[in-house]
Amino acid sequence: MLESADLAAITLTIRLAGLTTLLLLIIGTPVAWWLARTRSPLKSVVGAVVTLPLVLPPAVLGFYLLVLLGPEGPVGRLTEAVGLGLLPFTFPGLVVASTIYSMPFVVQPIEQAFAGIGEQPLEAAATLGASPVDAFFSVALPLAKPGFITAAVLGFAHTVGEFGVVLMIGGNIPGKTQVLSMAIYNHVEAMEYAHAHWLAGGMLCFSFLVLLVLYARGWNRRQ
Amino acid sequence: MTIEARFELAFPGFSLCLDVRLPGRGVTALFGPSGCGKTTVLRCMAGLTRAARGRLLVNDQIWQDEGHFLPTHQRPLGYVFQEANLFAHLSVRQNLDYGRRRVPQGDRPAAFDHIVELLDIAHLLERRPAGLSGGERQRVAIARALLTSPRLLLMDEPLAALDAARKSEFLPYLERLHDELEIPVIYVSHASDEVARLADHLVVLDAGKVVASGALGEILARLDLPIRLGEDVGVVLDAVVVERDQAWHLARVKFAGGTLWVRDCGHHTGHSLRVRILARDVSIALDKVDGTSVLNCLPASVAQLADEIHPALALVRLDIGGSPLVARITRRSAARLGLAPGMSVWAQIKAVAVIG
Repeated sequence: MLESADLAAITLTIRLAGLTTLLLLIIGTPVAWWLARTRSPLKSVVGAVVTLPLVLPPAVLGFYLLVLLGPEGPVGRLTEAVGLGLLPFTFPGLVVASTIYSMPFVVQPIEQAFAGIGEQPLEAAATLGASPVDAFFSVALPLAKPGFITAAVLGFAHTVGEFGVVLMIGGNIPGKTQVLSMAIYNHVEAMEYAHAHWLAGGMLCFSFLVLLVLYARGWNRRQ
Repeated sequence: MTIEARFELAFPGFSLCLDVRLPGRGVTALFGPSGCGKTTVLRCMAGLTRAARGRLLVNDQIWQDEGHFLPTHQRPLGYVFQEANLFAHLSVRQNLDYGRRRVPQGDRPAAFDHIVELLDIAHLLERRPAGLSGGERQRVAIARALLTSPRLLLMDEPLAALDAARKSEFLPYLERLHDELEIPVIYVSHASDEVARLADHLVVLDAGKVVASGALGEILARLDLPIRLGEDVGVVLDAVVVERDQAWHLARVKFAGGTLWVRDCGHHTGHSLRVRILARDVSIALDKVDGTSVLNCLPASVAQLADEIHPALALVRLDIGGSPLVARITRRSAARLGLAPGMSVWAQIKAVAVIG
């Protein structure tokens, strides 16, 4: 059935996806809030940059990240200078890459949820004595909750499924940077189809369940 | 106790220039056609829209002035929006608590039970806003605003989203508030019946400018700018029931200038109400006529004459012991009777409508 290397890949993937999702919810919320409400001309630029990973081939994204984070890249020099060492082929490197790669899947649902709330509930909150920060936490966040759930689910699932970026930036080091999709690829390369089936079938079930939960929630709300 | 408001504001295609002094008690109606800037004035007062140049004093507190702008959440006001604008994620009770909890303890005299009872929402407290009717939502919104113990209540067409039947159900609640509230209320409306029933003071706006501002009775009786509340020129008088004639189903009501017989609407003696008398229902006689079906004949003096829109007609402003009345007669009649300011005449009032 599952080898210890497979189990390691599964735990690594869950850790990676969980951490990435958490980071994205923290970083993505202010970005989404700004995008949903600003009238600045910079909005289209920032919006395009955030959406870029959606259309860019993962290999391209991975390649540039490798260059940027590598020993010759500006970010790589910086991380070395501050004593963090080099990020490529490490777990933190994977987290950085995944965060960028999954960004649009988290930012967009939250942005849409914020935009859907509109100005009115926030104005009502202000007339009831809530400061802008207070209104954000007591009105905007709870009203945008469905958007946050969608964002978290999509961000997690998308990170679990990535391949190209991981290959470029993380390599395929068992127990360190070898994620689930890598493990499947290795099994197929080695003609171990039974092993590949276990992992691939598991992924299929996982993805299906995620979407089922997501749609059931939406269906419940409409009832 | 006054409110001083001065706002200057320009959007593309619209400019607002307002400078008014409003009474610090009672209901002031901001009245005018759609797009005249009523809601903008209200939003400026709340600080939701920032007028480029403005000054706002509410009972000696400066809310806005040159270089000073109190943000909305620091202004002790209540705002009732056109759409109730309740928080969908909170129950009715939590909606009511939202504002109340954010008021400093010491400034919290508003009695929860009293306001809940006044607006008749006790049975809705555990419900969600999505499950309420339009009228119920609006009542919750008003209670929510009142529970912050505001010093000024701003209402932006609170009945606009309701249909006619719901509206007539809802108006009595507003009238009750009108009788009970100690604080000034600014009420935006383009519906004449609401203004006639609720307002004490009237500010008429047109294209971002104040056309007239004054006590309701005064403004309605002005002949230079006949304000048509609905279909016709007319006045509104505050009156008290003094006598009921059970046999004929009539009630005698006393206003500042005399008494009138009206249809008995079941109000007991001592009840305050408003009556509305349209100019077309008032005719003028030089002598007291006895053989007439008209119940209400009052001695009056001619105050002013003015032309009506149609060249055959004239408007006559009468003074009945200090209360104004407007009559619409033909110019030919005016000439035949030789009407002139200062003349003593009899006003024959064919119809008096009790409006609450």
